[in-house]
Parts: sequence; C-alpha cells; structure tokens
Amino acid sequence: MLKDKNTATGTIDAGNTLTEMNGDVEMLSGGDMIARVLEEEGVEFLFGYPGGAVLHIYDALHRNKSVPHILVRHEQAATHAADGYARATGKTGVVLVTSGPGATNAITGIATAYMDSIPMVVISGQVQSHLIGEDAFQETDMIGISRPIVKHSFLVKRTEDIPRILKTAFYLAASGRPGPVVVDIPKDITAPTIKRPYHYPKEVNLRSYTPAEKGHAGQIKKAVEMLLRAKKPIIYAGGGVIQGNASEALTALTHHLNFPITNTLMGLGAIPGSDEQFLGMLGMHGTYEANNAMHESDVILAVGVRFDDRVTNTVSKFCPNAKIIHIDVDPASISKTVMAHLPIVGPALQVLEEMLSQVKDAQSQPGISNQPDAKALEQWWSQINDWRAAHGIYTKNRFDDTTDKIKPQEVVQLLHELTEGQAFVTSDVGQHQMFAAQYYLFEKPRLWINSGGLGTMGFGLPAAMGVKLGNPDAIVACITGEGSIQMCIQELSTCTQYDVPFLIVNLNNGYLGMVKQWQDMQYESRYSESVYQDSLPDFVKLAEAYGHVGIKVTDKASLREQMQKAIETSKTKVVFMDVYVDPHEHVYPMQVAPNGAMNDMLLSKTERT
Amino acid sequence: MTDFEDTGSRRIISLLMENAAGALSRVVGLFSQRGYNIETLTVAPTDDVSLSRLTLTTVCDDHTTEQITKQLNKLVDVVKLVDLTEGSHIERELMLIKVRAVGASREEIKRTADIFRGQIVDVNSSLYTIQLIGTQEKLDAFIEAMKDANILEVVRSGVSGIARGEKLLTL
Repeated sequence: MLKDKNTATGTIDAGNTLTEMNGDVEMLSGGDMIARVLEEEGVEFLFGYPGGAVLHIYDALHRNKSVPHILVRHEQAATHAADGYARATGKTGVVLVTSGPGATNAITGIATAYMDSIPMVVISGQVQSHLIGEDAFQETDMIGISRPIVKHSFLVKRTEDIPRILKTAFYLAASGRPGPVVVDIPKDITAPTIKRPYHYPKEVNLRSYTPAEKGHAGQIKKAVEMLLRAKKPIIYAGGGVIQGNASEALTALTHHLNFPITNTLMGLGAIPGSDEQFLGMLGMHGTYEANNAMHESDVILAVGVRFDDRVTNTVSKFCPNAKIIHIDVDPASISKTVMAHLPIVGPALQVLEEMLSQVKDAQSQPGISNQPDAKALEQWWSQINDWRAAHGIYTKNRFDDTTDKIKPQEVVQLLHELTEGQAFVTSDVGQHQMFAAQYYLFEKPRLWINSGGLGTMGFGLPAAMGVKLGNPDAIVACITGEGSIQMCIQELSTCTQYDVPFLIVNLNNGYLGMVKQWQDMQYESRYSESVYQDSLPDFVKLAEAYGHVGIKVTDKASLREQMQKAIETSKTKVVFMDVYVDPHEHVYPMQVAPNGAMNDMLLSKTERT
Repeated sequence: MTDFEDTGSRRIISLLMENAAGALSRVVGLFSQRGYNIETLTVAPTDDVSLSRLTLTTVCDDHTTEQITKQLNKLVDVVKLVDLTEGSHIERELMLIKVRAVGASREEIKRTADIFRGQIVDVNSSLYTIQLIGTQEKLDAFIEAMKDANILEVVRSGVSGIARGEKLLTL
C-alpha cells in the first residue's frame, strides 16, 4: 500500500477542499484533485452515477460543491446526456462512473460519441491497484474494453499524475478530430489519506500528437482552380463542419460560388435548411435532387465527411465523373473508402476561409479561367431545379397527405413550422430519425442531435436532457419512436429530479418501423419480432407517473392545436406527446442496395428511378 | 476512379512509440479491429528508454498500406513511423532451430548450417540448436534446405529493419 511520505506543514480551509500546504505546494488527495480539475476546466455539468470505486471522488465533489452533478438512472444515459450537451454547446461532455458494470454500461455511449467524433471525457473508477487482475468485485478491464472506441485512454497509477492526465484527456478530447477519452482511476489513487502536490498544468505538449492546424496553401490553390473550372460542382458537407464551427465559412463560400450544397445526416444545419442552394440530405434516405446532383457532378468539394457507406451506396459506382476535393482534419478519413483526387488535411474553418479568400483573389485577376463558368452553372441549376420539381420532397408532399391517418412526416413538418426551424431536435434511431432529418430543416448548426454513426436507440431522451441543461432557454424536442424511447425511458425520472423540461414527440406506430420497412421490402412483410401488439405502456400515464405531462394524439384535426399547446407547456414541464401515426408509412427516397449507384432510388412504394 | 489498385506486397513498417502501458495493445488491437493482417511483430525499448521501437511486417496493397500507416500515426502513443519498404533498407531476423542430428545426417546438417553461415549454439549427442540471422527469405530457405532433417522446434524473432544511409527514424 502507498504511504504518504510528505510531511504536511499546515492546514488551510480552501472552500470545502481538504487542503494541506507543504511549503508553497498545495497537497490534495486524488479525489480532491479530480474535483478541482473539473472546477478549473469550467465543467458545467458532470453526468454520472456513484459506486464503490468512485466513492472518494463523490465525497470530494460533495465537499467541493462547484461542479453540478446530474445523477442519471443508468450509466448509458450519462454518456448520452454528456454527448448531447457536447453536441449542442461545443464544449466537452464529462462523465463519471464506477468500475465494472458502471463502466460497461457507459460503453454504448462512448462508442456513440466515438463514431460521431464528439468531445467527451469519461472518468471511470477502478478496483484498488493491488486487486487489478484478480477478478475482484466489480472489476473489469475498462482500458481493454473501451480501446477500440476511444480516441485515447489512461490508467492512472499515481495520485500525483491525476492533474496532468486529466489535462491531457481534456486536450485530446477536444482538439483535432474530437472524440471520447477514458481515464480509469483505481480507488486507492483517490483515497483521502494520500495527499500529493497539486499542480494543474496550463497547457499540454505531446510529442506524439500534433493535430493539423492549417491546410496546405498549395493544395487549397489547386482546389480553387478545380472549383473555378467546374461545370457541375457540388459541395458535400458533414459533421466536421459542425464540430469545426465552420458553418458560417461554409455558407459564405457556398453563396459566393453559387454552388449547390448537400449535407450528410451529421452535417444538417451546416447551411441553413431554408437556403435556396441547399438540396437536402444525401445518401440512403437523401433527396432525389441531392443524390442525382452528386451522381452527375464533375467536381465534389467534400468537407468534414467520411464517405460513409450510408452515403456512397456501392462504392465502385459512386459518382463516376467526379473529381473529389476532400477537406478533413483527420488524414485517415481521406481516401479511406473513396479516393480523393485532391486531399487537404486541416481544420474545416481555416481551410474554407482560406479557400474563399483565394477564390476572391483569383477572381480579381484578369482571364476567363479565373471566373466560375456562369453559363455552365446556370444549366446545372436548371437541371437541379428540374429534379426538384420532378421528385423533390420540398417542392410537394410525396406522401399521401389526404388520408385521415396522421403521417409521421406531417408531425415533423408541423414541429418545424411551429418552431421556425430554430429548435434543438434530438432523435433516436429508425424511421422517425430519417423523417426528422428530411423534414425538420435546421436553420443553424448544433440544433440537430442524433446518433448518426453508431445508430444508437435510446440516445434521444438522455441527449435531450444534456441539450436542455446546456441551453436552458431554448426549445428542445426529442423526436422518437415507441421502440427507441423505451431503451432509456428511465431518464424521465432524472428530468423530474433536476427539473429539465423539454418536448418528447413519440411517433408511435406500434412497430419497429425501420425494421418493418425492410421486412416489407425484402422479407415479404414477415414481421419477425418487430411488432409490439398490445404490450405498449400507456405513455400518458407513464409520463404522469414521473410527474410530467402526457398528451395522446390520435386525431389529425387536433394535431396542430395539441402540438402548439405541447410546445408551450414544454418550456416548464416535460411533455410526452404520444402521436399515433400511420403504421405503414415508409421512408422515401431510399437508395437501392446492393449494387445501386447514388442515383438508384425508390421514390415510393411503387416508383423507382 | 474509386477502385484501388490491388497489388499486394510485403511491407516492413517500423515505428517509435511511447514506452507506456497499453501502447502495444493499441497497435495490435488496431490491426484486428480494422481487419489488417500482421505477419511478424517485434518490439523493444530503444537507447531512449522513453521510446519503444516496433517493427511489423504485413502483406497488403498500396491502399491498405496507406490506411495502416495513417491509422497507426493517428494513435496518440505513436510518435513516428516509416514504411521501410518504400526505400532501400536492411532487414534481419534471428532464428533458433533445433534439429535431430544423429548418424550420417549429423555431418550433413552441420555442413548446411555452415553454408547458410549459421552457428551451432547448443549441442548434445543427438541434436543441434542452430542460430541463423538473415532476411526472412534466407531463413525460409534454410528451413526448406533442412526439410529432410527432423526439425524439432523453430523460433523466429520477427523482422527488424533499418533504412540504409542517412535516413533515420529518430526524434
């Protein structure tokens, strides 16, 4: 066991931290060091759940009082709430869980953050150092289990290392391509009896980690030449633009060049949804015009995207005539699935600003090659507008809006209309997520909060808590389904405890909708384990049991009025709006797979491109 | 344009990484996680005790090589990396091979070991343990040459490598 070799020379009362001084050096226990670091990092909310291995830390937090803690009902929700907070605010989400089951419960949320490059620091307790490897009570190899889903991880071996390691963890989580960092801390390291000198470093220098700060000017120049020569250009922008705070720069460049732009599921809001040049989302459930414009393009400016399989469809058929410029802060994202003709490694913001400035420079020079090809662009826009008129989902409703049944698309359209595209919208995973992505046109970045990469059901409700805590004055809605909402529904209790109000819009169709859709399309409507039958709870009563407001909506005629009321009430209460929607609606467009190209799409149950 | 050239070839990737707990498992984990294949792997601290040098060989095409080097570089513990097969280099592997050596074959085995500049490092009345240093190809050739002998045990160190001339993999 460790023995405290330092001789304390005095005790002072610094807040409620048990501080001792050794000369000029402050002596703190590991638990107090963690509380102090979180305070110094300005952590607004700590999402967590106590347990044996983290009791020293929880005691320190209780005495420190400066870091508000949100006690969730399940550790998965702690990571999703921290994640939602991080996505909505741009700050790093912070989680504290205990060893063993606490740590493993957090894994799904860590993987969710990893896949979407969300900055997060997860502190997990570990059994005492001398017990590690002995299959001790609540022991699990958190470093090993989390290894493939973290940006980096640390096992703390000495109390005095805590400040440096946590500083490094915060730096790694938020810099370069962001991601979750796990810090696993054995219980004895945080014991109140072991005090070590506390020094919080101001900055971190890692010889092995130097994220790109600037795109190569020569590469940007070549890109500008390609852009100015393009006849059928398109901008394809993703989550990297949102995470990189580059939306304004992207919008400015897009407007200056008069190019069409499409966003990935993760990139929605990177350009205002109401912008004339925005073609909607691309990919598996992308719009007809976006997928066609990608397929026909001659130059693609890809920014903060990763050519995900849900975007490209069959890679060998992807955009056959396009030259690709790919901007990303992570070199490993470039030419991973689709070869980039012109790679630019750098932060989206700096590269896009430099690009716009170089475009303007080029245009100030004489010569026709220094101007965009206005005639070609005019033809290109005319083609795109024809696509919009033919099958675009924003020029006309392509679903049957004449029936008495409430269509899920209409619910999202109405929410968009009533909140003017300015609300934060979280979602779970499935049909409702795609309807939200298609029909809620986000006017700003960071409003759209969803698990794009991992596709985690159960994300929406805890994420909404994090979003609302970070934006207490904003309207926050969680668009979900009766399947997903039940995966983390216990968090309704957390909302009660901390008085976190928001709106839940449950698109209740009684089926696992996206599973059912695939079963309809590929398995002759054999609904293997995708039907809830009569097993669903009365969500209104359930909400009320937690002290919230429940509203059941079955009548299309009263939808608007009930939605208006729900939005108003959600400013002060959690409102659970249980909307009974047409159970047989499918999400369209839908790319044809396997072996389809970008532009091979089903447009409805009966139409195909 | 999206098809990557498929020219599988052997690569020797050598890297410097922090001599820290978990660093090796991150490198090895990356290979299994992303479906890359490792043929040999060798790792030891360098003259700077804060650094370990890891050398691995893998067989893959250009595109996969590029991804492997990028993904390895992305690991926070990896400080510097080189694909030695991109330039001229020296590679060496050490092999200890224990063979039954009795009767007429005893002399023949010693002669073959001499031809390959192997050394007999342990001997008793019925067996030889031969030490051989060279390229992977040379060690393979020696095993092939010994195929008529009774090989009891083979242990190989995995490939180490260093670039020729002024090119260095240091900080």
